[in-house]
Amino acid sequence: MASHDAHAHGHHDEHHHHEEHFISKYIFSQDHKMIGKQFLMTAVFMGLVAMMLSILFRIQLAWPGESSDFLSFFLGEKWAPNGVLKEDMYLGLVTIHGTIMVFFLLTGGLSGTFSNILIPLQVGARDMASGFMNMLSYWFFALSSLLMLVSLFVESGPAMAGWTVYPPLSALPQAVSGSGLGMTLWLVSMAIFIASSLIGSLNYIVTIINLRTKGMNMTRMPLTIWAFFVTAILGVLSFPVLLSAALLLIMDRLMGTSFYLSDIIVGGEMLTNHGGSPILYQHLFWFLGHPEVYIVLLPALGLSSEIIATNARKPIFGYKAMIGSILAIGFLSFIVWGHHMFVTGMNPFLGSVFVFTTLLIAIPSAVKVFNYLTTLWKGSLVLTPAMLFAIGLVSTFITGGVTGIILADSALDIMMHDTYFVVAHFHIVMGMSAVFGMFGGVYHWFPKMFGRMMNMRLGYAHFWVTLVGAYGVFFPMHFVGLAGAPRRYYDYSAYSEFDSNSFELMVDLNQIITTFAIIAALGQVIFLFNFFYSIFRGPKAPQNPWSSTTLEWTTPVERIHGNWPGELPTVHRWPYDYSVPGAESDFIPQTTPLKEGEQAH
Amino acid sequence: MENKLIILLVIVLGAIAIAQLVRVYEISSKLRKHQEHEVSNRDNNLNGRLMFAFMIFLFGSFIYLMKAYGWTGRGSAASEEGIEMDWLLNLNFVIIIAIFFLTNFLLFFFTWKYVKKPGVPAFYYPHNNKLEMLWTVVPAIVLAVIIILGLQTWSHLTGPTNSEAERIELFSKQFDWTARYAGADNTLGLYDYKLTLDNNELALLTTNTIDSSLNNMLNGVTGIRSLQKLLNNRDTIFSDSTLNVLRTDLSRKERLYRFLTQMKQNHNAKLDASAWDDIIQKDTLYLCKGQEYEIALRAKDVIHSAYFPHFRAQMNAVPGMATRMKFTPNKTTAEMRVEKNDAKFNYILMCNKICGGAHYKMKMVVVVLDRPAYKKWMDGKKNATFKDQYFPVAAAAPADTTATMN
Repeated sequence: MASHDAHAHGHHDEHHHHEEHFISKYIFSQDHKMIGKQFLMTAVFMGLVAMMLSILFRIQLAWPGESSDFLSFFLGEKWAPNGVLKEDMYLGLVTIHGTIMVFFLLTGGLSGTFSNILIPLQVGARDMASGFMNMLSYWFFALSSLLMLVSLFVESGPAMAGWTVYPPLSALPQAVSGSGLGMTLWLVSMAIFIASSLIGSLNYIVTIINLRTKGMNMTRMPLTIWAFFVTAILGVLSFPVLLSAALLLIMDRLMGTSFYLSDIIVGGEMLTNHGGSPILYQHLFWFLGHPEVYIVLLPALGLSSEIIATNARKPIFGYKAMIGSILAIGFLSFIVWGHHMFVTGMNPFLGSVFVFTTLLIAIPSAVKVFNYLTTLWKGSLVLTPAMLFAIGLVSTFITGGVTGIILADSALDIMMHDTYFVVAHFHIVMGMSAVFGMFGGVYHWFPKMFGRMMNMRLGYAHFWVTLVGAYGVFFPMHFVGLAGAPRRYYDYSAYSEFDSNSFELMVDLNQIITTFAIIAALGQVIFLFNFFYSIFRGPKAPQNPWSSTTLEWTTPVERIHGNWPGELPTVHRWPYDYSVPGAESDFIPQTTPLKEGEQAH
Repeated sequence: MENKLIILLVIVLGAIAIAQLVRVYEISSKLRKHQEHEVSNRDNNLNGRLMFAFMIFLFGSFIYLMKAYGWTGRGSAASEEGIEMDWLLNLNFVIIIAIFFLTNFLLFFFTWKYVKKPGVPAFYYPHNNKLEMLWTVVPAIVLAVIIILGLQTWSHLTGPTNSEAERIELFSKQFDWTARYAGADNTLGLYDYKLTLDNNELALLTTNTIDSSLNNMLNGVTGIRSLQKLLNNRDTIFSDSTLNVLRTDLSRKERLYRFLTQMKQNHNAKLDASAWDDIIQKDTLYLCKGQEYEIALRAKDVIHSAYFPHFRAQMNAVPGMATRMKFTPNKTTAEMRVEKNDAKFNYILMCNKICGGAHYKMKMVVVVLDRPAYKKWMDGKKNATFKDQYFPVAAAAPADTTATMN
C-alpha cells in the first residue's frame, strides 16, 4: 500500500510539469477517468446504432409489407427492396440489436464506464491497479465493437439466429444466410469482448480489494462500489463459460466437430454429425446469460442507490441489508439459468429446482425495492434529472420484476415462453432499468467527468420523453404477449387467417408501440445534444455540486492524473451521513473525522 | 434524393435552433445568477407533481389495456391443462398486480409528497431491523405459496399420460409441420434420420425403407457409384476445390452407407408393422375433444418449437433429441367459433423458436372435432397408411423377410 502510494505520487508529480501528448492523453490513455469516458463514448455510439436498428424493425412490425423510404434509405435495395424489409434482414436486425444492447451498451457502457470512473475515485486510489490492463480492456472493447459493426455490412448479412445464437441454426450456413461470415464475425467479436470484460473485471476486483485508502473499510464503501465489486466477480466467473460455448460453436462450424450437432439434414444435405446436443449450448450460454442480467442490473442499482441517497438528503435505508441483497442476488444468479430452458426438453424435475431458486431471487429484490422506498420516505428530495432517472429505475425494476414471477413459474412459462410477454418483461426490468441507471449516472457524475454541468432543463425534457416513450413501448407489449404473439416474427398478418380478434389487437398495439418507440428515439437527440454541447460549452462545475459525502467530490475539478494533489484522503465514516441530527450542514463528507462523542454508524 | 436533402436540412436547422435556444437560456441564467446545479423550488415542485401525474397516467393506461384486451388476450383455454394453468395465472396476476400498484404508488407518492421544502430537513433514518425483517419474511411467504402451487401444476403438466392417450408425432423442418398418427396399434414406428428419402420423408424404419435407402445411397443419381465414376473419369479435369467437395461428399456417403449396412444387420423386422400403419398427415392436424394426446416431437434441421397458444401448450423440437408434451383439447373448433363469435376462427400450431427467414410462416391449422366426427375422419384414413401411400407392393409378411435375411 505504502509503496504504491509513493509510486503513484511520484508518477503524478512527473506529469504535473509538462503537457501530456495528445495520443497518450486521449487515445492510448492509461488514466482510469479517460478510459471510463472512452467506454462511455463507444457505448453511446453503439447504443445509438442498436436503437436505430430497433426502429427499422419496429417499422416493419407496425406496417408490415408497406414500402418505407426510411428503410430503403438505411438498408438499400439489397436488404429492403422497394422499401420493404427482407425477412432474413429482419432477423439480422433483431439479433444485432439484442447483442449490442446487452453486451456493448449495458455491459461495456455501464460497468465499463462507471467502474472505471468511480472505483478509484470512491475508494480513494490514484488509479486502477493496472493502468495498462485497463487500457487493453478498452481497446479490446473497441475492436470487438468495430467487428460487430462490420458484420452488419457483409454480403450474406449479420448473424440472424437471435442474440442467443442457438445452434444448429447458428452453426449451419445452409439454414440461414446470416450463419455464414456474419456469424463468424459475431463469434470473433464476442470472444474479444469477453477478453476485454475479463481483463477489466480482474482489474476492478484487485483495485477494490487492494487500493482502498486509509479508513475505507469494506463496510464504509459506497453501494456503487459494492455493486461494481459483485458485478466484476460475476463477470469473471461466468464470461469464461460463454467463451467456451463460443469456442465449441466455432469448432462445430469450422472443424467438423459435433458438440451441438446430431442427426441433421439441412438444405437437402445429410450430415454425419452424431451425438452432440443443442441443449448443451443452451446450458453453457445461460450459465453466463443469467448472471449477465445482473452484470447489467447491479451497477445500475448501485448508481441509483448513491443518487437517491444524495438527492433525498437521507442515508440509504438498510445499508447492510442492501449489501446483503447484492451478495444474495450475485450468488443466486448462478443457480437459476435453467429457467430459460423450461420447454427445451430439459428434465422436468430439474426444471422444478430452477423454479425454486429463481423465485428466491425475488426476496433480495423485494428488500432492495422497499429499502429504496423507505429512503425516499420523509426525505427532502431534490429532483435533479439524475434523481428522476434513479426513481424511474425503481419503478421499472418493480414493473418488470413482478412479471418475472410469472415467467419463473415453469407451469406458466409453458404458455408465455418466447412470446412478447417475455420481451416486455426483460426490456423493462433489464433494458429500461439499466438504461435509466446509466442516464442517471451520466447526469450525476458529468461534472466529475468533464468539469462542466449539463443543462438541467434539457435533462428534464429528456427524462420525460424517455420515461413516457419507453413505458409506452414496453407496457402494451405485455398484452401482445398475452394474446399469444411469438417473438422474432417478421409479420403477424397470418393471424388474420385464423384468429381475427387477436390479429386486430396485434395490429393496434404494434402501431402504438412503434409510435412510442419513434418518440423515445427522437427524445435521445435531446440527450446527445445536451451531452456534447455541455462537454464543450457547459457552465463550469463547482467541486461538489450535489453536496455529496463520497470521496470523488473531494478531488479537484481539473481531473488531474493521480486524482488528488498531495496526500490521499483518509476516511473516517460511512458514506451516507446525510441530514445527521445536530450536524451543521445536511451532509458530512467521509473525510470528516468523527466529532467527540459521535458514534460511528 | 430530394427528400433526403430536405430531411438533412431540417435536421441541421433543428440542431441550430436548439443551440440558439440553449444560448438564450444560458444568457438569461447568467443574468438571474442561476447556478446549473441548483434545482429551483419551482422545478422541484413541478417535477414532483409530474411524477404523480405520470403514476396516474401509468395506472390509467394499465386499467384501460386490461379492460380492452384482458390478460388472456388469446381467449379462454381450450384444453384441460390450459384451464389449470389459467387458474394459476390468474392467481399470480392478482398477486403481482397488487404489488405493482402498491409499490409504484408508494414510489411516486413519496416523490411528490417529500419533495424538498425550504427549511424542512430530511428525517435521519438509517435502518430498522424489524421493518427489514418484515419485508424479507412477507415476500418469502408469498413466494412459498407461489412456488408450491406452481410446482404442483408443473408436475401435473409434465407427468406421464394415461395408457389411453393417443400418440401423435409432430415432425418439424424449415418451414412446415407434419403430423404422424400412431395408427391402429397406437404405437409410433421407429425412425432414423439416415433413412430420409423422397418417399420416406419422416425417415421411418422398416426393412423396405432401409433397403431403398441403401440402394439410393449406392445407385442414386448422386450416389456412391456415380460419384466414384465421376472421380475416376480420366477425361474430365476438376479444379482442386471441386475435387475437394466431391471427395468429401463421397467419403460422407460411404460413411452413411456403412451405418445403413449396420442398421440393416441389426434391424428387427417385427418392428416394421408399427411403422406401416402410421398415418402421415400434412396441412391440418385433426384432434378429438376430450382425448388425451401424448405428442412426440422431432426436428429435422434446426430447433423448432411446437406452440399451441389456445391449448396453452409448448415444447421445443430438438435435432437429435426426443422431446414430448401432452394435452387434452376440451372444446371443438365449432364450439370455440361460437364462443369467440368468429366464424373463421381456427386453432393453430405455430413455430415458436427462431428457425430461419420464413420462421413466421411455419404453422399448421388444428381442427378439434367431437368424437363421432373424429372417428369418421380416422376411418377415412384407414387405407391411407404409410404403407398404402408409399410402399403398397411391400406386402411380404414381416416374418418372411426375416427368413430370407437370415
